[in-house]
Amino acid sequence: MSTLSTVDESAPPTTPATPVGDDFGGRSGGRAFRDQLARVVMWTAFVVALIPLVWILGATIVKGGQIIASVDWWSLSQSGITARREGGGAVHAIQGTLIQAAVTALISVPIGVLTAVYLVEYGRGRLAKVVSFMVDILTGIPSIVAGLFIYALWVTTLGFQRIGFAVCLALTMLMIPTVVRSTEEMLKLVPNELREASYALGVPKWKTIMKIVIPTSFSGIVTGVLLGLARVMGETAPLIILGPYTAVIATNLFDGLMPTLPTMIYQNYSENLQPAIDRTWGAALTLILIIFVLNIAGRFIGRFSKVKS
Amino acid sequence: MADGLAPSPLLPPLEGTDLVSSITGHSAIDELPSGDGRPPLEADRAGTGRLGDRIFGGLATGSGILVLALVTLVGLFLVIQAVPSLLNNEANFLTSREWVPSGAQPRFGIVDLLWATIVTSIIAMFIAVPLGVAVALFITQYAPGWLNKPAATLVDLLAAVPSIVYGFWGLQVAGQYFEPVATVIDRVLGWLPFFEYTGTPSAKSTLAFAGVILAIMILPIVTAISREVFSQVPTAHKEGALALGATKWEMIRTAVIPFGKPGIISAAMLGLGRALGETLAVTLLLSALNTSSAFSFSIFGGGETFASRIANDAGEFDSAQKTGAYIAAGLVLFLLTFIVNAAARVVIERRKAFTE
Amino acid sequence: MKISRLGAMASLALVGSIALTGCGSDNTGGDSAAADSTASGSAGAECFDGTLSAEGSSAQKNAFEEVAAGFKSECSGAQVNYNPSGSGAGIKQFIAGQVDFAGSDSALKTVEKDGKIEAKEAEAACGSPAWNIPMVTGPIAVAYNVKGVDKLNLTPAVAGDIFMGKITTWNDPKIAAANSGVQLPATAIKVFFRSDESGTTENFTKYLKAAAPANWPGEPAKTWDGKGEGKAKSAGVAEGVKSTDGGITYVEWSYAKDNDLGVAAIDNGAGPVELTSESVGKAVATAEQTGTGNDLALKLDYATKEAGAYPINLVTYEIVCSKGKDAEKQKNIKAFLKYFASEEAQKTIEEIGYAPLPAEVQTKVATAIDAIS
Repeated sequence: MSTLSTVDESAPPTTPATPVGDDFGGRSGGRAFRDQLARVVMWTAFVVALIPLVWILGATIVKGGQIIASVDWWSLSQSGITARREGGGAVHAIQGTLIQAAVTALISVPIGVLTAVYLVEYGRGRLAKVVSFMVDILTGIPSIVAGLFIYALWVTTLGFQRIGFAVCLALTMLMIPTVVRSTEEMLKLVPNELREASYALGVPKWKTIMKIVIPTSFSGIVTGVLLGLARVMGETAPLIILGPYTAVIATNLFDGLMPTLPTMIYQNYSENLQPAIDRTWGAALTLILIIFVLNIAGRFIGRFSKVKS
Repeated sequence: MADGLAPSPLLPPLEGTDLVSSITGHSAIDELPSGDGRPPLEADRAGTGRLGDRIFGGLATGSGILVLALVTLVGLFLVIQAVPSLLNNEANFLTSREWVPSGAQPRFGIVDLLWATIVTSIIAMFIAVPLGVAVALFITQYAPGWLNKPAATLVDLLAAVPSIVYGFWGLQVAGQYFEPVATVIDRVLGWLPFFEYTGTPSAKSTLAFAGVILAIMILPIVTAISREVFSQVPTAHKEGALALGATKWEMIRTAVIPFGKPGIISAAMLGLGRALGETLAVTLLLSALNTSSAFSFSIFGGGETFASRIANDAGEFDSAQKTGAYIAAGLVLFLLTFIVNAAARVVIERRKAFTE
Repeated sequence: MKISRLGAMASLALVGSIALTGCGSDNTGGDSAAADSTASGSAGAECFDGTLSAEGSSAQKNAFEEVAAGFKSECSGAQVNYNPSGSGAGIKQFIAGQVDFAGSDSALKTVEKDGKIEAKEAEAACGSPAWNIPMVTGPIAVAYNVKGVDKLNLTPAVAGDIFMGKITTWNDPKIAAANSGVQLPATAIKVFFRSDESGTTENFTKYLKAAAPANWPGEPAKTWDGKGEGKAKSAGVAEGVKSTDGGITYVEWSYAKDNDLGVAAIDNGAGPVELTSESVGKAVATAEQTGTGNDLALKLDYATKEAGAYPINLVTYEIVCSKGKDAEKQKNIKAFLKYFASEEAQKTIEEIGYAPLPAEVQTKVATAIDAIS
């Protein structure tokens, strides 16, 4: 962002509408018009883009605000609450989402960080290129394909049940590329002088990476992880294939179904009854709030991530 | 060590967090024609032979290979599970419009699914890419100082809204306002088969509206990535243009956009990937065609995308034959996104080489 | 090492979320609506402590959950979970031993399908024959939304023509013939069907095929063969009709009720029959039992001309092992099913769009449940 502010400070003296350049035949009416037109177009685009986005956010807050403002929402599950009844909470789904996210992070962070280390510190030649390309492909994999793949592996091939852990595996696939890419950038920002200094002291490469490179970019990596988590938490498609909803608290990843916020949204949507529809919006707002908090946390940690050179 | 002593950091004024897209982890740097394309310090010799190094290096390489293996496995597994069903398929998988994957004589093909997937995605791209780029330009170049940070945060926040909410909103809230839009388009352009609106399905259940919702969904993604790239245009380029007497728009056209082009392409491709694979918003909105309906070129027709078809029947994967058919559909979707991403990569690489 | 710090953070998050478990609770408390409809507490359910899990037909989901909630309010230690993933999935999970019993809207198939015979497989998995026990009757409503029309009679032939797209406007003479005295508008008919594979579609097409073979040429199937536009799940078709003037669909009764849609009376030949629990019960009572002994698989006669019997019904079964490997489990299943079949529970589900089992069938069901061991 600092580049931006530099321009903004230096731009005014050079861009004013004062007709300095006119004598040089520089700014004809047409050019000035086009400039103004572009300005108008940009403003319009911004406003147009904002309308639906703010509308969605507003609708969610208005329709979901009331239900999540109750204590029950944050302390009870939906056990015993059928679609036509009001009441109950979302604790079961919040827990499921958090547990799955935590486990997903636990699996994908080491793999993602190590892959990034490989790409930045070790990778040379064809293999590195291919790996980097594969990370790109993984970034673009639709979540439903990830879900189908895990289904094909976990259920059809290995014959296991659909459980919370299978969902974590699918989410891991979606999270790894995010972690790799963000970590990679952070590692690239570590000045080579630091590495050189370390090598010069006779520190082996792996120790240099563990003690110098990663710590230097640590908070940046954490930011990337949190932002990656925020993305996978909102995924619904793989959950529909692998982790159907249930209304009760379930914290065991390896046995039975585990409710999550996205599946709670989907389930309540399909009930098509007012109490359920209220819960749909409530669960959506809850999910947005959780993701928002993660985003804020990521940004907050990111403040300290500037690599000192 | 000859090529190892790379001059230190790239683009010093960058702040750490702003480098990485908050949504995707996709990095701006990745797309930039970097001034310093050299790899980071080569220090293999510093580590030769030591046990710790071998283990750690092995782990790192192993992780890289794991990622490689993962993608390969995805392809492999989908193929393996799809093939038996494809062999039993009585219809031509590539040219049939039918979708009856179960029973003794399964008949299924992807024509309708492919059409709906591509049409909705293209509509989404047509709207989201220009708009997203314009918003990104606005935030980085035009917005007054007090606005640009909050605007950027707002857009990022919207990327966090779960996709199902977009679909729900489209169906319950916004859908009704699309009816007049469709009617007007039909009146003006209805003589073209692409824009014929017959009223069935209702406007909010058409491919066109699904495309619009997808556009709204991927808009924050396109904006976020473009914004990061635009904010990294070297000040010197911009000031240079302005110093030569360019208007702000001309500066943007000659300095900002060319610099950001690879980033825009990559943002568009990422957005396209999302649009192709988006599931729930589309499932909620689209009206499926009945089996005997004639093929229609109209964007105001109904249909189902790969993803919505798969998600819709996810509860009914009760035989290997049927599951295989859906996995085959998933495989086509995977290939589609693979091609899109690979193409993006090629375009960006070529550009990089060109600018260097 | 730093990675372990990250790991520590993640586990912190994990611990945090588990700590949340401490605060949250499944006990929704006495103040919730759950208490209202089920706390009459007269049935005296046989309680147990433990969990049962079932999976299957989404058609009986609401009934099941309502009853499970009622059961829990009688027996606080008993938790019965139901995953409405579809009949096929439920049977598959049951055969695989993943769930304690299955819910299905069709009895276990005794003929070969995809190289397998469901009934044989289930028997092998149980070590004893598996029984189909009818538990919930879900009538399928022909639901419509036509401005100004709040009473509609349909004959199977007219229904077939409408769903095949042969009749396209509401004021078609054929519809008018069945509805003398009703002012029908010229609105176009918009048919909505289930785009996902569904037992409801299968049953409705079975009805059309049986009652009006001339007007419904296709074979009954889980996928729709007629005209119209497809919507995902019952919620989708109900929403479609609700938001479309001229819309018509087939959907579970509860969805039609909840969305305030018009429900057509069906005239199989003995005069129009309104959809009520009595008219449904009458149809189920006349169904023929195809299973032997305590296997209560039923064959509904869709073309029934019985006066006052509503013909389009879906009977959902609970599929259980007659003699299970785990005696304790079987006892619990028995206790729950007993409660499910009780008059009290059947009355509860009547309030939400299902029909209670008619007395004759209820007796047979009770006998079968008693025989489970």
